[in-house]
Amino acid sequence: MSEPVSSIRVNVRLFARLKDIVGTGELARRAPLGATARTVWETMVSEFAELGNYEGSISVAVNEEYSRMDAPVADGDEVAFLPPVSGG
Amino acid sequence: MQTAPYAVTTDTLNLEALIHAVASTPPDTAVGPGGITSFVGVVRNENAGRRVLRLEYEGYEPLALRAFDRIGTETADHWNVRVALHHRLGTLQIGEASVMIAAASPHRADAFAACRYIIERVKQIVPIWKHEFFEGGDVWIEGATADPDDDTARQDAIRVAGE
Repeated sequence: MSEPVSSIRVNVRLFARLKDIVGTGELARRAPLGATARTVWETMVSEFAELGNYEGSISVAVNEEYSRMDAPVADGDEVAFLPPVSGG
Repeated sequence: MQTAPYAVTTDTLNLEALIHAVASTPPDTAVGPGGITSFVGVVRNENAGRRVLRLEYEGYEPLALRAFDRIGTETADHWNVRVALHHRLGTLQIGEASVMIAAASPHRADAFAACRYIIERVKQIVPIWKHEFFEGGDVWIEGATADPDDDTARQDAIRVAGE
């Protein structure tokens, strides 16, 4: 007997300064059904307030593709938050 | 040995391999290269008045490779070129190459413009970060908010490249 699914689990990836703030570059978090990338970000900010400084400057990728904060996320998705880039 | 046109690696970069990757002569029906340009980015000993000791590059590799592929497609849409783009990750000392680009074209103008366009786009949309270690501390360098769909940024890169 399986219970109705009411939440999903996503793998959160963080890079550069965001990784330093949280102390790890990879962690799992639960989100409600119907969650978007923004829901996941808000969960992270509520846990790690300093991430809030990046509210206006992060990019998001879902399953290794650039995405948008309003994109829906599904169970098992990898959601990556990227501070402004500085390659080259 | 075949060199991949796009790579993210902790190994030392090799410009000859990139040039080889873009230089091959196509079948009789297509016009082959008449010029190859390259760009090599190296670790500078100074940044914003700080004496830089070394850089540590971090990247989101699968997305970086997709971004390279995207930049390659954008470049080919605009200029008649074959391109290669390799970026280094990990700890780099002053003077070491962090990025290499090669562009081959039947005519030099396209090859020069493509190289310049590619490095501008790398700085705009590739998920790679510099962790700068300087005399007295360290700092993550933060440049552009990566948004591949931002057409203004893309147009800026085209303008800088000189059409």
